[in-house]
Amino acid sequence: MIESLVPAASSYAWEIDWIFTLVFILTGFWFILCEGVFFWLIFKFKAKDGQPAEYITGNEPHLKRWITIPHVLVLVCDLFILGAAVKVWYDIKQYLPEAEKTVRVIGQQWTWTFVHPGADGVLDSSDDIYTVNELHLENETVYHYQLESVDVLHDFSVPVFRLKQDAIPGRVITGWFEPTLEGEFDVQCAEICGIGHALMGARVFVESAQKHEAWIATQTARMATQNPIALAANSSARRIGKE
Amino acid sequence: MKPIATTRSTSGMPTGLLAVWWVVGSEIVIFGGLLGSYLMYRLSHDAWAGQAANTNTAIGTFNTLVLLTSSLFAVLAHRAAESGDGKKAARLLYYTIGGAVTFVCVKAFEWSTEIAHGYTITANTFWSFYYTAAGIHGLHVIAGAIIMAIVARDAAKNLELQRVELIGIYWHFVDIVWIFLFPLLYIAK
Amino acid sequence: MAESIPSDAPAVADDHHGHEEPSFWSKYVFSTDHKMIAMQYMFTGMAMAVIGGFMAYAFRLQLAFPGIEVPGFGIVTPANYNALVTNHGAIMIFWVAMPVLIAAFGNYLIPLMCGCDDMVFPKLNRLSYQIFLLSALVLLSSFFVEGGGFGGGWTAYPPLSAKAEYSLTPLGSSIWLGAVALEFVAFLIGGINFITTAMNSRAPGMKLYDIPIVIWMIVIASILFLVSVGPLIAGAIMLIFDQQLGTAFFDPARGGDPVLWQHLFWFFGHPEVYVVLLPALGITAEIITVFARKKLFGYKTVLHTTIATGVLSFTVWAHHQFISGVDPRMAHVFTLTTLLISVPIAEMMFVYIATLYGGSIRLTTPMLWGLSFIAEFLIGGVTGIFLGASGSDIYFHDTYFVLAHFHYTFFPIAIIGTFAGLTFWFPKMFGRMMNDRLGKIHFWGTIIPFNFIFIPLFVLGMGGQHRRIFDYSNFPELSQPWMQDIRILATSALLIMLGFQIVFFYNFIVSLRRGEKASKNPWKSNTLEWTTDSPPPHGNWKELPTVYRGPYEYSVPGRDEDYWPQDQPN
Repeated sequence: MIESLVPAASSYAWEIDWIFTLVFILTGFWFILCEGVFFWLIFKFKAKDGQPAEYITGNEPHLKRWITIPHVLVLVCDLFILGAAVKVWYDIKQYLPEAEKTVRVIGQQWTWTFVHPGADGVLDSSDDIYTVNELHLENETVYHYQLESVDVLHDFSVPVFRLKQDAIPGRVITGWFEPTLEGEFDVQCAEICGIGHALMGARVFVESAQKHEAWIATQTARMATQNPIALAANSSARRIGKE
Repeated sequence: MKPIATTRSTSGMPTGLLAVWWVVGSEIVIFGGLLGSYLMYRLSHDAWAGQAANTNTAIGTFNTLVLLTSSLFAVLAHRAAESGDGKKAARLLYYTIGGAVTFVCVKAFEWSTEIAHGYTITANTFWSFYYTAAGIHGLHVIAGAIIMAIVARDAAKNLELQRVELIGIYWHFVDIVWIFLFPLLYIAK
Repeated sequence: MAESIPSDAPAVADDHHGHEEPSFWSKYVFSTDHKMIAMQYMFTGMAMAVIGGFMAYAFRLQLAFPGIEVPGFGIVTPANYNALVTNHGAIMIFWVAMPVLIAAFGNYLIPLMCGCDDMVFPKLNRLSYQIFLLSALVLLSSFFVEGGGFGGGWTAYPPLSAKAEYSLTPLGSSIWLGAVALEFVAFLIGGINFITTAMNSRAPGMKLYDIPIVIWMIVIASILFLVSVGPLIAGAIMLIFDQQLGTAFFDPARGGDPVLWQHLFWFFGHPEVYVVLLPALGITAEIITVFARKKLFGYKTVLHTTIATGVLSFTVWAHHQFISGVDPRMAHVFTLTTLLISVPIAEMMFVYIATLYGGSIRLTTPMLWGLSFIAEFLIGGVTGIFLGASGSDIYFHDTYFVLAHFHYTFFPIAIIGTFAGLTFWFPKMFGRMMNDRLGKIHFWGTIIPFNFIFIPLFVLGMGGQHRRIFDYSNFPELSQPWMQDIRILATSALLIMLGFQIVFFYNFIVSLRRGEKASKNPWKSNTLEWTTDSPPPHGNWKELPTVYRGPYEYSVPGRDEDYWPQDQPN
C-alpha cells in the first residue's frame, strides 16, 4: 500500500511494505469486527419502552467466552506481528551485509554533507568526493553508511529506501542499504534540529554504473580545485540566506 | 480544622503515615533516576575514578556519622512522643536539627575547599554529578530540618505528637540516601 | 503508633465547617474545598485548552497556506512554528489533559464517590493548585522573553534543548523546562493526596471492589505518575544545569550522553499516556453503565487489566527510540512488551463493548461522548501496533502517521473524555441540566471534523511526510498537489471543529445560568455523588453515607427501580 504513494527504491523496501500490509490486515480485521459489533449492539439494544436491561455480571461462562476467546486470538495475532517485526528489523537494522561501497553522511544545522569514495572505491582516501545536500549512489550496489552529527540530533531519512536512522553527535552509526531504482529522491532530516529543520532536505541520485562513474570523474576534477570545508561553509551560508 | 476525611483510616494505617510513605516512594524514584544515570555514566567512564580520588573521604565519613547520630535522635524522639512526653521529644528533635546544621556547615566548608581547588560543577561530569546529587540531598536535609523545627515547636506543647514519627521516617529516608551517596561519590575510587 | 485514630470516627459533618458567610476570596480563590479546587483546575485547564487550540489553528493555517498572515497571529516564522508545535503538545498534555482529567475530576469525584467530606489534606490540595497555576503562568511567560518560546519539541531532546547556540532560545528553553518541573511538583502533591484519600477515607462499608472504576483509574494513574516521573525530575534538573550552569550531562563532546535524556523522558513519557488514558477510561465506564442501565461486564476484569497495563507501561518506553541509535537488539524486547500491552487494552475495549450487550441504551449527550470515546480510541489503539512493531516503525517513525496515531489516542482522552465527564457531572457540579440539543449539535460538530482532520494525516504519514516542518516546499516529494490538498482539507476540518466549540461555550454559560434545575440524581445513577444535593454543600453531606454494595447494580431482577444506589441498605 505504501508503494502506491512512495516508490520502493531499495532492496529491503518491500519488507516494510509487506509488514505494513500484514499489520494492516490483522488490525483492520479486529478494528472492523470491534466497530461492527459495537454499532450493532448500540442499535440492537437501544432503549425501548417496557424492555428493561438484562442483569449480566460478566462472570457467566457462556458470556465470558466472548471476551476470553477474542483475547487469546489477539495474542495469537500479536505473535504473528512480533515474528514479522523481528524479521524485518533484523534484516534492515541488525544484519549488516558485506559492503561494496561506503559513504559517510554528516548532519549539521541545517545541512547534510556526504562523503563519497572516489574512483578507487575506498572511503578516507585522497580522492574522496565531498558534496553538500546531494548524495550520489550507484544502482544495485550494497552501501554502508557511516552516520555522524556535528551538533545536535538529526535523522537520516530516505522514504523511498524505507530507511531512517538518528545521527548522534559523538557517535558513528553504521548501517546499510542497496538502491534498486534509478532516479532522484528526497532525503529528509526526521528529527527536530532547530529553526532550520524544514530546510534540511537533500536529494539522493541513484545512477547506473556508467553514469555514476562519469559523475565521479567530474567530481574528482572539481575536488582538485575546491577546499571541501569552504564548500560546506559556502553552501550553509547560501541556504540560510535563502530563508 | 481537619475534615472528617483526614480522621478516617480505612486501610488501617494512619493517614499521615500513609502519605509520608508515598512521599518517600516518590523521592526514591527521583534519587533512583539520578543515581541510576550516575552509575551508567560511571561504568562507561574509567577516568572518573581519578576524579573521585579528589573527594575528601574523611569529611564524608564524618558527615555520615553526623547523619547517623541525628537519625538516632529522631528514633529517640519518636519513642518519647509515643510515651506522650512532648517536651522530651521536642528536645531530641532539636538535637536532630543540630545534626542537620552540622552536616550542612561541614558540606559548605567541604565544597568551598573543593571549588577553591578548581573542582567546580563544570570541571568534569563526575563533579557535575557530585554537586547535583549532594546538592539535591542537601536541599532535602535543609527542608527536613525546617519541617522538623515546626514539628518540634508543636511537640513541645504536646500538640500533633504523631508528626514526630512522620518527620522521623522522612529523616531516615534522607539518611539512607546519603548512605547510598557516600560510597558512590567518596569511597569508590 | 503515636496516636491511634479511631476508624469509626463520627459520620456527621459537624459544626467545624462553620456557618458564617465566607468572603469572595476564601470562597473562590483560596478555598480548600475539594469541589472549588476541582473547578479551579477545570477552568484553568479549559483556558489552557483554548490557548493550545489557538496554537493548532495558527500552525495548521501555515501548513495549509504556507506564508499566509494568520488572522490573529501574523506570519508564522520557522522559530514561531517550532515554538507553537512544541508548546501545543506540552500544553495539551501537561496543562489540559492532566489538570482536567486527573486533577479536576479526581478532586471532584474522589471525596464524593468515596463518601467523605473533603480530601485528606485540603491545604496541600490548595497548594497543589497554586503551584499548578504558577507553572501555567511561567509557561506562558516563556513566549515573551528574549529569543521567544522554546521550540525543541515537547520531548526536548538534547543537545538541541541543552545549548542556546543550538536552540536559539536562551531563556525560553529554561523557563519552559522550569514550568514543566513545577507542574510535576504540583501533581506529585495532588497525586499523594488522591491516593491517600481513596485508600484511607472511604465511607464505612466501601470495600475495594465497591470503589467505582473511575476512582480506581484515577488512583492507579496517580501511582503511575508518581513512580514514573522521578527519573525525569532528576533529568530535568540535569538539563537545566546543562542550560544554565554549563555542565555536560547531555553534551557528548564533554563526556555526556544525549540518549540518556531519551530514556529518562520516555520512561516517564510512556506511562504518562496511561496516566491520562485511565481517568478517561474510568469516566467512560461510569457513563456507559448508567446509560446502558447495565452492570459493567466484569468489574474485576477491568480492574486487573488496568493494573496489568500499568505495570507493563513501565517496560515499553524504548519503542519511542527504535531508530535513535540504541543497540538494535533491544528493539526485539521492546516490540515484545509493546505488543503485550496491546492485550490488556484490547481486553478492556472488549469488556466495554460487551457491557452494551443486553442493555437499554439511552443516547444522551454524555452517552454519545462515552461511546465515541470507544469508537475513536480503537483507531488510536490499532494504529499503535504499526509503530510498536519495530520493523514498520523504521518507516513510520517521526512521520504524520505517528502524529495522527497519538492524536487518535490523546483527542479521545483529553477532549472526548473531558466532554463526556463534564456533560455527565454538569448537573452535579452546577445544579442545572445542560441543554441536550445543543450538546448533541456540539458533539456531532466536534466528532465529524475530528475524523476529517486526522484520517487524512495518516495518509500523509504513509506518503512519508515527516513532522515539525513549517513548510514542505523544500521537499519535492512532499510538495505534490494532492498532498497540499490533504493539508488544506485537514486545516478546514480543524477550523470547523474549533468553530463548533462556540456552541459548547454558549451552552455551558447559558445552562449555568438558566438551565433546568437538576434533581439530586437526574441520571438515576448508583454512585454516592448522586445521593447528595446538586450542587453538593460544603462538607458534601449532612450525614456522611454508608455503603452496602458495588457501584454498578443496575437492572437487578426483582426490584422496582432499575438502579440500586450504593448507600441504600436494601
